[in-house]
Amino acid sequence: MMNESELAHFKQHIRVYIGVFVALAVLTVVTVGVSYLDLPTGYAITLAMIVASIKAFLVAGYFMHLMSEEKVIIWLLALSAAFLVFLFVLPLVTELGNGPLWTG
Amino acid sequence: MSELVIPYRTEPHPVTGVTSGKLGIWLFLASEVMLFGALFSSYVLLRVGVLQEHWPLGVEAGLNVPIGTFNTIVLITSSITMVMAWASLKMDNVEAYKKYFGATIVLGLVFLVIKGFEYGDKFSHHIFPATGWPGAGDPSPFYGLYFTFTGLHALHVALGILVNVWLLVWGTKLYKTDPECFTGRIEIAGLYWHFVDLVWIFLFPVLYLL
Repeated sequence: MMNESELAHFKQHIRVYIGVFVALAVLTVVTVGVSYLDLPTGYAITLAMIVASIKAFLVAGYFMHLMSEEKVIIWLLALSAAFLVFLFVLPLVTELGNGPLWTG
Repeated sequence: MSELVIPYRTEPHPVTGVTSGKLGIWLFLASEVMLFGALFSSYVLLRVGVLQEHWPLGVEAGLNVPIGTFNTIVLITSSITMVMAWASLKMDNVEAYKKYFGATIVLGLVFLVIKGFEYGDKFSHHIFPATGWPGAGDPSPFYGLYFTFTGLHALHVALGILVNVWLLVWGTKLYKTDPECFTGRIEIAGLYWHFVDLVWIFLFPVLYLL
């Protein structure tokens, strides 16, 4: 299936996969470690979402090969992401200023 | 009668540049983004709508952070074994593929068993989806969200395991006759599996840590 030079090139990919795995494990420990710092809620959420987004980027970019994927897939996901933003913003906009829904 | 052949199984479609299978799985995953997106959107709406002191941290609500962390590592490890299974096939090493793919299945099962113990622990403490948490009284949406999120995610893990078992036990023989097609199938199974991992990457901090 592969000639010698292709094989050597592919083995570099494998090193990248292992590097991504190590980064994911380290970032998991970082996320948990930060949660023990008792940061104010706003900071804690922002920091955790930044770390989760980096992890998601690593998984999607390297394990799912999006870094080298065809444009049609990227556009498909961009469309999906646009609707996702809409899905998040719409309820928040309608809810802002209405006060708490739950008071316990 | 001629046999029906699915076009562009192994060679990329001239317009899209990808195989039919790959386009299909990405369309499916785009719909999955919306499915889980709707749940995350509900979470945000419920969370911003509640007074902060009435929203428990996962640990306050009785979730076990070390177990959740361990399960995260299990799922991340299953992602690297999955990509190594595909890479092994690309390098024409079927024995390595079997080991890595088998490890992916086992790690998926480990994840589900641990999740099962977590559920069992909650049920034994009479905690169910409609249960409020002790600090808030009812109604608190925390456990409703927890069980919906993790239940739907666990269902995805379980279905992924079933497909992977089929591919490993019955599907692998295709490699002898059409290696490129089978390698493509493992790549597609991998895309689904990585997506399930990706969802957990957000679920874990949202439910356990924040």
